[in-house]
Parts: sequence; C-alpha cells; structure tokens
Amino acid sequence: MSRIQNCLQQLKDQGRKALIPYITAGDPQPGVTVALMHELVKSGADIIELGVPFSDPMADGPVIQLACERALIYGTRLVDVLDMVSEFRSQDDQTPVVLMGYLNPVEALGYERFMTLAQKAGVDGVLTVDLPPEEGLEFCAELKKHNMDAIFLIAPTSSDQRMKQICESSSGYVYYVSVKGVTGSAALDVDAVDERVKAIRQITDLPVGVGFGIRDNESAAAVSRVADGVIVGSVLVNKIAELADSPAEIPQQVAAIIKGMRQAMDA
Amino acid sequence: MPTKVDYKALMDLPDERGHFGPYGGCFASETLMSALQDLSELYEKLWRTPEFQREFDYDLAHYVGRPSPLYHAERLTKQVGGAQIYLKREDLNHTGAHKVNNTIGQALLAKHMGKPRIIAETGAGQHGVASATVAARLGLECVVYMGSEDIRRQALNVYRMKLLGAEVVAVDSGTKTLKDALNEAMRDWVTNVDNTFYIIGTAAGPHPYPKLVRDFQSIIGREAREQCQEMTGRLPDALVACVGGGSNAIGLFYPFIADEKVEIYGVEAGGYGIETGQHAAPLCDGRPGVLHGNRTYLMEDDSGQIAATHSVSAGLDYPGVGPEHAWLKDCGRANYVAINDDEALNAFRTLTRIEGIMPALESSHAIAYAMKLAATMSPDQNIVVNLSGRGDKDIHTVAEIDGIGI
Repeated sequence: MSRIQNCLQQLKDQGRKALIPYITAGDPQPGVTVALMHELVKSGADIIELGVPFSDPMADGPVIQLACERALIYGTRLVDVLDMVSEFRSQDDQTPVVLMGYLNPVEALGYERFMTLAQKAGVDGVLTVDLPPEEGLEFCAELKKHNMDAIFLIAPTSSDQRMKQICESSSGYVYYVSVKGVTGSAALDVDAVDERVKAIRQITDLPVGVGFGIRDNESAAAVSRVADGVIVGSVLVNKIAELADSPAEIPQQVAAIIKGMRQAMDA
Repeated sequence: MPTKVDYKALMDLPDERGHFGPYGGCFASETLMSALQDLSELYEKLWRTPEFQREFDYDLAHYVGRPSPLYHAERLTKQVGGAQIYLKREDLNHTGAHKVNNTIGQALLAKHMGKPRIIAETGAGQHGVASATVAARLGLECVVYMGSEDIRRQALNVYRMKLLGAEVVAVDSGTKTLKDALNEAMRDWVTNVDNTFYIIGTAAGPHPYPKLVRDFQSIIGREAREQCQEMTGRLPDALVACVGGGSNAIGLFYPFIADEKVEIYGVEAGGYGIETGQHAAPLCDGRPGVLHGNRTYLMEDDSGQIAATHSVSAGLDYPGVGPEHAWLKDCGRANYVAINDDEALNAFRTLTRIEGIMPALESSHAIAYAMKLAATMSPDQNIVVNLSGRGDKDIHTVAEIDGIGI
C-alpha cells in the first residue's frame, strides 16, 4: 500500500477527512519551503501538495502565478524541488508528498530521469495539470513502475465517460475541481460539489479530494462533510505573498491557517 | 527521426486525437477537455458539409475579398537577379492580413454552437482586429487579450479593436507578450467555457485548433496553386512564408505538401541573431516540449521554463510553433530558417520603395529570405512568397527605429 493510500485509509478508519495544503516550492525563497512543510504537518496537514514552479501556469489564477514568479527569481528548478522533498523526508517518512505542476519541466528532465529521482526523493504522487489521461498513458505506466500514484483532476465539465476514464487512470485519490475557473477564483457551491462527488463515487472507490475555492474554516468544514479530502492553496499562498519580506514568519503564520481549518473540520 | 516519409500521407494528419507524429495532441486542463472534444466533433461534422463550405466561401468572397491576387514582383525580381518572385497578396484582405480567413471560419463555428461571447489572444494585433471584426459583424461580445508590451508596440491596432467594439485586456504577467496573452485567454476560457468560444489565432494550441486553423487558412495555398499554374504554366519551385505560430505558413504550404518538387521554406524570427539567443526561432534553435496545449518545438531553458523571446515583429515574438511545422521539419519536408531584425527591416524598406507595397514586419521576414533564396536560383524558376499582412500597423515601430516621433 502506498503512503497516500495508507494515510487516507487510516483517516477513514478514524472517521476523519484529509486536509491537503498546497504551497509552491521555493516561494518566496528556497530556504522557506521545507520548514513550512514540517510546520504544516504539525498543524494538522495530512498530505502536502508541493507546486513545481512553471513560467506559464495556464490553469492558475494570479495568486499562484505570482508565487511561480517569486520562486523562479531564485531559479527553483524541478530538481531543486526534488531536493526539498529529500530534505523533508529525512525528518518525516510518514506524510505523503504530491508534486503538482505542468508537464514541460518533467519533459525537459526526461520521464525516466524524473521517475528515478522523484522516487528516490520520496515523492508519493504526481499531478500534472496539463496532462489528461489520454496523453498520459506512458507517464502513468512509468509512475506505477516507480511506486508513485498518478493523480488526475475531474472538472465540473467532465462527462460521465471522461470521469470513468480519469478514474481508471488514477490511483491514490482523484482531485475534484469544485469550480469552473482557475485556482483562487470564485467561492464554491457546496451543494453542487456534493452532487458531483456522489456521482464520482458511483464510478470509483478512490477517495475524492476537493479543491479550488476553499478559503476559510467554514468552507473547509463544509467540504469535509461531503468529500474525503480538502485541498487548500491560494489562501495559503496569499499569506506567503504578504510575508514575502519577512520569510522567517512564514511557517508559523501559514500553518496557523491550516490549524484553524483542521479544528473546524474535526469539530 | 523518420527515415523515408510518404509526403502524401502527411496530408492525412493529424490523427483523430490531433497528433502530427509525436507533436500536437491535446494537453489541456480537464475543465476544457469536454469543450475541446465538442468543438472537434462539431468541426468534423460541419467542415465537409456543402452548407458550411458555401457559407465559408461566400464570406471569403464577399466580405474578405478573395481570391487575393498573386502578384509578379518584377522590379524586386530584377533587383535580386535570380528566380521570379511572386507575392501572394494576403495584405489585401479585409482587415489587412491572412488572419481573417481563420476568424471567419471560427466565427461560423461559434455561431453554430450558439456561443454569444468570443475571446482571442493577439500579438501584433492582427488576429485581435480580425476577431473584433467578425464579432462586430455577428453581434457577438468580444474580449481580446494582449500583452502590455505589445499594446505599446501596436497602439494603432489596439485602437482599431476598441473602435470595433472589443474590450482589449492588457496582460502584465510573464514577458507581457503573445505567450502571456494566450495564457490569459485560456484562463478566461476555463472560467467562462459555457458561453464563450475561444478563437485561437494561430495553428497551435490543443487539438482541434491546429487542424481547423490550417484548414481555414489553406485557402491561401489552394488559390496560390491555381494562380501559379495559370500565370506560369506550372507549380512553383519554392514557397516561402514567415513562421511565428505558423498559420499563414501552413495555409500556404499544406496544399503543396505532396508535391515533392516544390521546396518549402518557413522563416522564423532571428531577432538579434540566432547566436545571441535573443530571437524567436524554436525550430532553428529550440527543442521539443509541451506548451499551450500541444507538444512542439519550444524555446526554453535547461529546466523546462519557457524562455523570453525577442523579435522586432510582435506577431513572430512567440516561443512555440504550430505542431504541424514541428513534424514537417523532422520529416525533412520543409526547411526552417531564420531572418534577423535588421534583414527584415531592410526587406520592409526595399519592397516599399521598389514595389510600392509596404509589408508587415512579420511578412518582411519572408520577403528577406525570398530575396536571398532567389539570388541562388535561376530566372526560369519561380518562388511564391506569402505576403501575409500589410505594414501600416508597423509604421510606428519603423519610425521609432529611425528616430522619428509620429
């Protein structure tokens, strides 16, 4: 059983939901990331989604675009992100880490080299925003061979047939995008999410994480009642942006947001 | 790399999932996948129907003003001293460039899909103008995304779009040019996919865009083929067109792909020179990767971050290229070369002065290469150059280079 499956199974047994923060690696500078990851775990994060900076993040709103720009000022490359995961793993061999990003940095490194390095670093899953399952057959097979989960997005616009195809290619969990839009856009409609998550559950036994539009304790708690995992990104990255000039404060202050959400979800 | 490719078989591409060999495909975020599949299905169904063809042909004839002439540039030919140079006059189309061929076609698709709102990205502003034009004609809401650097370079076209009723949104992210405008248009589309049709301006992007843009632009090559045969009694010996994303080029090239004896040259923007790294020539000096929904040649750094590009012409200032060009290069069917800013500017002045035709700076790259190429050929040979757009929009840029404020 992979670290992700294990983690989600344990939570299920305890009747709890996964809290999954997203941060962009290297934002606002490389030294912050690993400390922040540890602090997030201490504050109640179950899985960490670590964004790989990309120059052209087409599916992201301004908040994460700017995070990529800040990270790229220091030249944070995919191999540097993998080093961060290694460093994190030296003190934490429990918490799953999922890389989230775009395909081109992986293509530049080469699938084979990426797989070897990522597995060695302790990466548990990979979510590539611009790689739909039909283009990702080879990629998924390679991930599987290296014991990593392939995580795909399901959108409000995905047809039943597509949802099936996506679930068949996925392992670990599936990520339901709660709104039509980019990251950090409009607030979500929990009833609509509930309906779609139920439809996904008809198709697959995989746990369902929900992201996009979760911005406070209330929405985190509301989503946790209908999904298996709550994914939070832009609200954390916004806080990082606010504190870009005093990076020492970032781990604690960002983790405080997660702490609040954890309490609201467990209440 | 393919060993021996049947050129005729190249014309059957892309496959049904949008692949040209290893290039193309559909690398889009999941929210857009259903819309892209719907578009692909509708397009396959409509494109070959006589009704759609009739509507498209009617608009091209009566609204765009097709066929565009093939002009024998005799004085230019004489000055160069070599092959006969013929210009395919896409600059004479309504709105002043080849772009409108495609926006007419895509607007028809939008109409069939019942979408009340269209969005577009633009570099030089020609595609933005062509989109705003068809939107005005069909009464559709139109939003055009344009890099703020390009807005500065192309003030005239920005105002044209506004007069046509479009909203022009300045894009300040990244390099503030065409690639960033494309990112922003994609973000808009993800958000408004239910009521919005995205008119992509070049033969790139996720499937089915490279295919449908090529099909709509292929009118250029079909006409040129006929006109050349009429005027010279045979097919041309060489074709030359500039390549940014590559829509005017693929439009000219495609109907000639199976004609082995016709040499094909795509001209990329060499900027300050390929050796300086400051250019926009991914086919000459890039490597394959994935950007904007397709796999193709890109300008990128070692870690896969997209590189900043440079060209004096905003329309060529793009780090990627249409996937069909990538495959034509690998197959050896087409040659891709680069022309620097200075050479393009010289060609702009030359054509203006000796033929009385002011080419767009994009098209000036093709003219410059055709002049070089013609000089190596004999007077009984013929070259067809795609004069993809007119140069009025660039007068400001050229004046600035001359140190003249207008």
